Amino acid sequence: MDCCTCNESDKSRQEYLAPLQTILDGYEGKEKDLIPILQESQEEYGYLAEEVLKEIASNLDLSFGQVYGVVTFYSQFHLEPRGENVIRICMGTACHVKGGDKILDKLKEELEIDDGETTDDLKFTLEAVACIGACGLAPVIMINDNTHGRLVPKDIPEILTQYE
Amino acid sequence: MEESTYRSHLLICCGTDCVSSGCEEIKSALEEELANNDLADEVKVIETGCHGFCEKGPVIIAYPEGVCYCELEPFDMAVIVKEHILNGRIIDELLYQEPLTEESISSYKELDFYSKQQRIALANCGYIDPEEIDDYIANDGYEALGRVLTEMTSQEVIEEVKDAGLRGRGGGGFPTGLKWQFAHDAESDKKYIICNADEGDPGAFMDRSLLEGDPHRIIEGMIIGGYAIGADEGYIYVRAEYPLAIERLQKAIDQAEEYGLLGEDIFSSSFDFKLQIKEGAGAFVCGEETALMASIEGKRGMPNPRPPYPAQKGLWGQPSNINNVETYANIPYIMLNGAEDFSSIGTEGSAGTKVFALTGNINNTGLAEVPMGITMREIIYDVAGGISDGKEFKAVQIGGPSGGCLPKDKLDLPVDYDSLIDAGVMMGSGGLVVMDEDICMVDVARFFLDFTQSESCGKCTPCREGTKRMLEILERITFGEGEEGDIELLKELSQNIKDTSLCGLGQTAPNPVLSTLEYFEDEYKAHIYEQTCPGGICQNLLGDYIINQDCIGCTTCIDTCPVDAVTGEKGEVHEIALDLCIACGTCVDDCPVDAIVQE
Repeated sequence: MDCCTCNESDKSRQEYLAPLQTILDGYEGKEKDLIPILQESQEEYGYLAEEVLKEIASNLDLSFGQVYGVVTFYSQFHLEPRGENVIRICMGTACHVKGGDKILDKLKEELEIDDGETTDDLKFTLEAVACIGACGLAPVIMINDNTHGRLVPKDIPEILTQYE
Repeated sequence: MEESTYRSHLLICCGTDCVSSGCEEIKSALEEELANNDLADEVKVIETGCHGFCEKGPVIIAYPEGVCYCELEPFDMAVIVKEHILNGRIIDELLYQEPLTEESISSYKELDFYSKQQRIALANCGYIDPEEIDDYIANDGYEALGRVLTEMTSQEVIEEVKDAGLRGRGGGGFPTGLKWQFAHDAESDKKYIICNADEGDPGAFMDRSLLEGDPHRIIEGMIIGGYAIGADEGYIYVRAEYPLAIERLQKAIDQAEEYGLLGEDIFSSSFDFKLQIKEGAGAFVCGEETALMASIEGKRGMPNPRPPYPAQKGLWGQPSNINNVETYANIPYIMLNGAEDFSSIGTEGSAGTKVFALTGNINNTGLAEVPMGITMREIIYDVAGGISDGKEFKAVQIGGPSGGCLPKDKLDLPVDYDSLIDAGVMMGSGGLVVMDEDICMVDVARFFLDFTQSESCGKCTPCREGTKRMLEILERITFGEGEEGDIELLKELSQNIKDTSLCGLGQTAPNPVLSTLEYFEDEYKAHIYEQTCPGGICQNLLGDYIINQDCIGCTTCIDTCPVDAVTGEKGEVHEIALDLCIACGTCVDDCPVDAIVQE
């Protein structure tokens, strides 16, 4: 998953890493900054490419292994490109009791992908999450920052068209 | 509320649930309607935090009358302005109806949902504008801090908290005063105070609502805590999944700094204190205190063996104190009203109140704060309005993945730390999920194990491997492949995992299984020995779908069946071709007359 152009020439690599440099400049370069830096970088690039992680490691004086260890520990971080729209489907207790898995099945069927996968056209990523804390609206999904609640499976196709 | 010349205040709930239900559209429609009637100077619209009545959102409470309008749509705003504001008439159609009596209730204080509540932590939630520090100050905000910093020694503060009998609201119930004493007594130039807002239990949203609805109360509680233990720096560790809480908290911190309530020499007392937010990155185990501190340090959030306890060696090796959001929210009240007042609420061993997130198969989903010692029955039938759709109560799950399920005959159990432990469950952080007759208890146990198993950090073997083995057994049982000896094996594994896991996640992970085994062992047996699922959930144990004589021939199921397994003419009873049916249940959900059943 090398980031396409960055191995080809130094210049394009530098261009690719320029936004990261700006992010790094905003911190003191200590280990405690690692998670906020990763969060900001992912916000900027959409995911965390190997090149980005290497640069962060060298800036914070950590081994690549340490950085990789942190990235893979937290579910928020991603090593692969993500869809334009991220669908987070709540699998919390309240949603489970109110039929959340039927919503998940419907989403899988509509998007033809499994949990954790991204559609080939990079439009949607499907992600089952533990609880998004909107239990009053169960069963609930979040698409990007929008919450859609009190769902039944047949609501799904129409909701998806709003994002296509 | 701030004194003003406005003749009416309209409080719109803008908690996360109501934002999702469309409160922003309501607010702009309302403001537009007021402007059209030249009322913008006479009626003030205030965005508040969660009123707790999430089920009926979006909600507006109109003061001075205290009238509560619920389930609003933008087009209702014209009616509210015309009838309520201009004509002074209460609009019946927009009031809440009690589910049992169908009586319309106008004043929110008369709603059963609110009348049994006693609000300390939530006192301001839904009442003040959380983004305005002046609103908080006008409601006695930061008065406790002023008193503490100018009139009390740190030891006096700790004694007050001890006498109040406040216990940790994050789940464990450890006495807060004692915890502060340990951190206070540790000798060091540098100490930290931390707020655990990594609310990860599925079915819990108390901390989110507190942070969104009254962020200054948490900040005030933390500054007092910092003074008590001798810390000059604090961290609030919030889940990244709570963007609105983070935004409001940051605003509140900025305002407190501007007012000199955070920073150097607060209230000229020579006490310095600074506070910052740390965003979590999605790991349930970070709710465990040692894991949380590892995460703040920028490491993998894995727990460390205790001792040393955080009070001796915590964040960056320095003495640290860590409490939950709701615990801090109680501190300003205790300092302002005294230990005696606080300890008179609740029971002897569990003083004060507890905030619960009420969810599941109930009429009033939402957030409620009740005195400790109230019975489960009162919470479920009075506050939460009983079981929805006229069904029967089966169980209530309390305490999230660390807690357990209580059956019908435990409904009169008083809800306090010790009674719950005696019944084999625990208070937990405050999620209450009510389940009706259509729930399978083995499936519920499997659900929680699935959660803890995937959130296990993997550091210690009992939790990493033990929960996996337990999950495999539970999956087998729900698939109809349970064997003789499974129940005994589950019990044995549970005990071993409880005894030998490194942190609270593993030590409590078997609780949902143990409590369902204790109260619902019959259901496990039915799955294993009779190959049936009494709750009607486990698909492998249920029969084929058939359409009975209630069918009205509306063709809905023919249209919705994804595999075209249903046939029939309009107006005649339809039929399912069993060789094609994939038992997805879509037709069952869509059938208007519930004519599709499993044999």
